[in-house]
Amino acid sequence: MKKPSGHHFDQIFFYFLRLSGWSLVIVLLFMMGSIFWMSLPTFKNSGLGFFVSQNWDVFKEDFGAWPFIYGTVVSSFVSLLLAVPVSIGVALFINELAPRWIAKPIGFFVEMLAAIPSIVFGLWGLYVLVPFLRDYVQPGLSLVFGWLPFFSGPPIGVGMMAASVVLAIMITPTISSICREVFASIPHSTREAALGLGATRWECLKLAVLKSSFPGILGATLLGLGRALGETMAVTMVIGNVAQVKASLFAPAQTMASLLANEYAEANSDAHLSALTAIGLCLFIIAIIMSLLAQLVVDRFHKKVHGR
Amino acid sequence: MTFNMIFRQQWVAFVTLAAVLLSFSVGAGAKSTLTGAGASFPYPLYSKWISEYQKTNTGVAINYQSIGSGAGVRQVLQGTVDFGASDSPMTSEEHQKAKAPVVQLPMTIGAIVVSYNIPGLTQELSLDQELLSEIFLGTITKWDDPKILAINPDLKLELTSLKKRHKFISTVHRSDGSGTTAVFTNYLSDISENWKAKVGAAKSVKWPVGLGAKGNEGVTGMIKNTPGSIGYVELTYALTNNLKKAKLKNKAGEFVSPEIVNIQKAVSENIPDDFILSLLNSEKEGAYPIVAFTYLLVPSDMPTGKLSVLAPFIKWSLEEGQGLSKQLHYVPLPTSISEKVVNKVSELQQL
Repeated sequence: MKKPSGHHFDQIFFYFLRLSGWSLVIVLLFMMGSIFWMSLPTFKNSGLGFFVSQNWDVFKEDFGAWPFIYGTVVSSFVSLLLAVPVSIGVALFINELAPRWIAKPIGFFVEMLAAIPSIVFGLWGLYVLVPFLRDYVQPGLSLVFGWLPFFSGPPIGVGMMAASVVLAIMITPTISSICREVFASIPHSTREAALGLGATRWECLKLAVLKSSFPGILGATLLGLGRALGETMAVTMVIGNVAQVKASLFAPAQTMASLLANEYAEANSDAHLSALTAIGLCLFIIAIIMSLLAQLVVDRFHKKVHGR
Repeated sequence: MTFNMIFRQQWVAFVTLAAVLLSFSVGAGAKSTLTGAGASFPYPLYSKWISEYQKTNTGVAINYQSIGSGAGVRQVLQGTVDFGASDSPMTSEEHQKAKAPVVQLPMTIGAIVVSYNIPGLTQELSLDQELLSEIFLGTITKWDDPKILAINPDLKLELTSLKKRHKFISTVHRSDGSGTTAVFTNYLSDISENWKAKVGAAKSVKWPVGLGAKGNEGVTGMIKNTPGSIGYVELTYALTNNLKKAKLKNKAGEFVSPEIVNIQKAVSENIPDDFILSLLNSEKEGAYPIVAFTYLLVPSDMPTGKLSVLAPFIKWSLEEGQGLSKQLHYVPLPTSISEKVVNKVSELQQL
């Protein structure tokens, strides 16, 4: 049955869609504007030195963002180093190698990882991963690689390394599921051509699959990075929450998101609140740059493969 | 789609709408609702009080959100909640921001416990003022430091025979701003000039050494999980999680463990009229040194309608409610003080 006033609904529907489309843009701009406005006092006070100062002293109201920027960037970067090879491996195995009856359940389990709340990752990290790192992994690493600055200092478990490992586990499903999509978008004829020319299994994967999906893998990595940058709860529980810049992965550190979660609720001086908002702005800027980059790379890849 | 089906759908929608509207009007008409927010330390006690009180006073709905002392003060100043709660009294700066004076009422007493995890230690560790501040300043770094051994002669053998990786002291502190940290750092500033000059006292400070963990539960987990660690938590958490509790040296020179009796000894009967009294580092014999009131914040310009709901609840908490404190490991107020607070509430009602 056709509704007599169908074109009215069309119009309403059209306006509704337009409103939905714009609403997120407006919310984002509004958030950026208000965060910028609230963090102005900090920038007026310490200028751009805020970004490079290493001191964070609430009591003396002396604020600097560098330890948190460092903590965020390093923990995310190390987690990518761990997660990207594994994610690509998982995606290749599921899509290209594994028989269907293995591939399906493995794919399901990997995707299930993405549904675990971050507090659970944090608690698991604190009660299971941290003791394991402290008692087995870190003593071993410091015995063999103790001469490197990254593995120096006492093995206490809690710290940059624990945070990076937890983050790596959290972002693996994101990266691997996008990688799977990317690999699946490559036409079968390419693989057949490679095999037909006498390529081995490995050469076929390398030439026909990995090489042509490089931009897609990069896009997946950037999306994983975006998640790692913003992760709060799990990181807070295992990173040790100390505002310092140390080369050692054993040392406790702090990230921007985790600092906000820790201090915002109890911040009562205006200077402290403003400094925390400025940290939020830093995080916002880094996250936006990352997702823009991801968008750009994914778009490019689509243009290259599909010609549009 | 037949006419019948359309009709049925509309009918269902109408009934749902009517039901929703009805439930709104019933909710608004029958119950007086109060919203409070603030300190997380007294949250278990406050929610117990509220649920018990609502059993007999069914027309009252009180909602308390545990969002932290600092946020509690902020929300009271902004007027977004009816009442607030804080573990440390408001600063003079905060008082100036208030539109009308905020009355601070002590509701219960909290104590902070220094807990540790030293594998294989059989007896309670004792710490004096110097040791405690030096451990948290990072100048004493090992459990077999001669100064620690000198104060704990019974533990000498156990401490010197610790495994090498358990010998190092890791201090654990709150990474989130908290009333607990404010009380603890106030105590450290009180007992150590060095601490006062280098670090100071606040809801969050720049710790010279150690690991940060979020919330009392985070610190508890970190201590349990890290051999060789020492940290500070609210008494309730130390008791419910079976943490080891250090004996601390008080001003009278005795080593005192955080038992409820010893905590009550720190509470002075002569309390000033604004109830702002530090219980830290009490001079009394047998008193545990790290003790503090936790306060309810009531704006004095509260509308009479709301006050007539809140005041009876506060009075009930100070009278019947104190009996519930011990069950939940809180320390009840001495009667002389709770009576004085009840009088203050009556005064507020007459304003």
